Amino acid sequence: MPDARGQIRRLPGLRLWLSGGWLLLLVLAAIFAPMISPHDPLEQDLFAARLPPFWEQGADPAYLLGTDSLGRDLLSRMLYGARLALTVALVAGTLTCLVGATLGLIAGYYRGWADLVISRLVDIWMAFPPVLFAILLIAVLGTGLTSIIIAIVVIDWTRFSRVVRAEAMSQGAMDYVASAQVAGRSRLGIALAEILPNVLPTIVALLTLEMGIAVIVEAILSFVNLSISTDQPTWGGMIAEGRTSIYQAWWVLVFPLFALFLTVLSFSQLGEGLKDYFDPVLR
Amino acid sequence: MSYLAIKDLTVRLKNGVPLLRKVSLEVEAGEVRALVGESGAGKSMIGKAVLGILPRAARLTGGKILLDGEDLLTLPPKARRERIGAKAALIPQDPLTALNPSRRIGPQIIDRLVDILGWKRPKAEARALELLDEVHIQDPGRVMKSYPHELSGGMRQRILIASAFAAEPKLIIADEPTTALDVTVQKQILKLIREMQERHQTALLFVTHDLGVVSKVSQTLTVLYAGKVIEDTNVRAFFEAPAHAYSQALLAATPKYTDPDGSLMPVPESIITAVEQEVAAFDAQLNG
Repeated sequence: MPDARGQIRRLPGLRLWLSGGWLLLLVLAAIFAPMISPHDPLEQDLFAARLPPFWEQGADPAYLLGTDSLGRDLLSRMLYGARLALTVALVAGTLTCLVGATLGLIAGYYRGWADLVISRLVDIWMAFPPVLFAILLIAVLGTGLTSIIIAIVVIDWTRFSRVVRAEAMSQGAMDYVASAQVAGRSRLGIALAEILPNVLPTIVALLTLEMGIAVIVEAILSFVNLSISTDQPTWGGMIAEGRTSIYQAWWVLVFPLFALFLTVLSFSQLGEGLKDYFDPVLR
Repeated sequence: MSYLAIKDLTVRLKNGVPLLRKVSLEVEAGEVRALVGESGAGKSMIGKAVLGILPRAARLTGGKILLDGEDLLTLPPKARRERIGAKAALIPQDPLTALNPSRRIGPQIIDRLVDILGWKRPKAEARALELLDEVHIQDPGRVMKSYPHELSGGMRQRILIASAFAAEPKLIIADEPTTALDVTVQKQILKLIREMQERHQTALLFVTHDLGVVSKVSQTLTVLYAGKVIEDTNVRAFFEAPAHAYSQALLAATPKYTDPDGSLMPVPESIITAVEQEVAAFDAQLNG
C-alpha cells in the first residue's frame, strides 16, 4: 500500500519560480544581447558620462540605467556581461561537476588505493586558499575565457569529490548493492546503475551551487583585472570600475553587483528545488 | 551429494583476528538448514563468504566452498561471480535497504532475470508479474511501477523473496529475513519462504538467532559460537536432547509464552566460560 509520503507532491514553490524566472531572463538577455541592447557596450561618450538611472534628476531616457565615468551605457554592458557570466556558469559548472563527481564516485565505491590517492589529493587541494590559487593559475595560464574555466575546474572539483564520495560510500554499504553483486553484476554496472541514481539528487544540487560559485569566481578575477580582456564587459570588471567612482555615481557599482547577487542566489535556490524533484522519496 | 559443502572455512580480519574458525557444514539439495548463534557468532559471515560478498575488512584465509560440486574458491573471479549468480541467491535481512530506493520495483526484478538467465525484457516482465503473484502480492502490475518507499516492510520482503527465487537458484541464503519485521508479519513471511522453498525445491540456509523459528522451517541445524561450530544435528534430535552444554543452555534460554518472566533464563556464566575455553583450545591447536 502506498503510504502518506507518496501522496505529498511538493509544489515547486515560490522560490523555485522566482529563481527560475530570473535565470530564464538572464539566458534570454545573454542570447539576444546584440538585438536588445540600446547602445554599443563599448561606445564611449564623455559628454554623457556618469548619467544617473532614469528615476533620478538629470537622467537621459536614452540611458535607462545611466552611464559610467566613460559614458558607456550600463544596461548594455550588463546585458553583454550576462553572456560571459552564463557561459562561465554553464561550462565551468558542468565540467567541474563531471570531473569531481566521477572521482568521488570512484573513491567512494571502489575504495582501496583509488580512494586513498583521491582523498589525499582532495586534502592537499583544499589546503590551498582558493582565490590565491585561482590568481596563481591565471598567472600561469594567461587571461582569457578558457583559462578562467580551467582555473575553476582545477580549483573546485574537490567540492564534488568529497560529497559524492561520502554519499557513494554510504550507498555502497546498502543491501541492494550486495544483492546486485550476488546476481553477478559487474562493479562498473553497479556503480552506474545502482549507486549513481541515488547520488544524482545531491549532484544536481551541487551542480547549480557550483554554477553560482563559478559566476562569483569569474567576478573576483575580473575585479582584480585577471579575467578576459578589458574590452569585453563583465560584471566583475564593472564592479571594479564602479568602486573608483562610488561617491559620484553609485549606480555603476550597484547594478552589476545586484545582478551578480540575484544570479548566485537563484542558482542555489534552483538547486534546492531540483534536489527535491530528483529524489523519489520526496517527489 | 550435498548441494553446498563448506569445509574448514576460515575467515579473518585483516589484523588476523579469526571470525570463522574452520567451519564445516553441508546443505543437501532441497534441504533447509538453520544456522543459529548469538549476535557476532559469525552466522551471517558464512552466508556472505559463500555468496562472495564478505566485507572489505574480512579475508578468507582457508577452506573450501563447494557449490554443486564445484570449488568456488579455485575459480577465476568472473566465473565465480557467474556461478554464484546462477546457482545461489540472497534474501537479505533488512527490506528497507535491500531494494534500490531510486528505482521502481519492476526493473529491479527484471534485471535479475536479464542478468542471470539472459532473457529478453518482455519475457522477463511477464515472469516478474507471475513471481509477484506467487508471493501473494495483490495488483502486481501496480506494484511493479511503485518505488520501494511506497510499499510496507512486509510487501518489500515479499518482493525480495520473489526476486531471490526469480532465476530459479538451487540454493538460497536467508539472512535473518524476519528480524526487521513485526511479529504478525514475521509469521506470514516465514510461511511464504517455506512455501516457496517447497514449491521450487530449493536448498535453504536459514540464518537466525530465534530457536522458535528453527523448529518451524528447518530439518537440520548448525549451532555456532564465536565462529566455531558447536553442534551439527537434525532439528528433532536438537529439541529433544541437545548434545552440547552450550546448546542446552541456549535452548533453555528461549522464553516460553506461558511463563515469559520465569522462563527467561540467560546462558549461565559457567557455560560461557567453558565454551570460551573450548574455542581457545581449538585456536591453540590451529596455530600450534
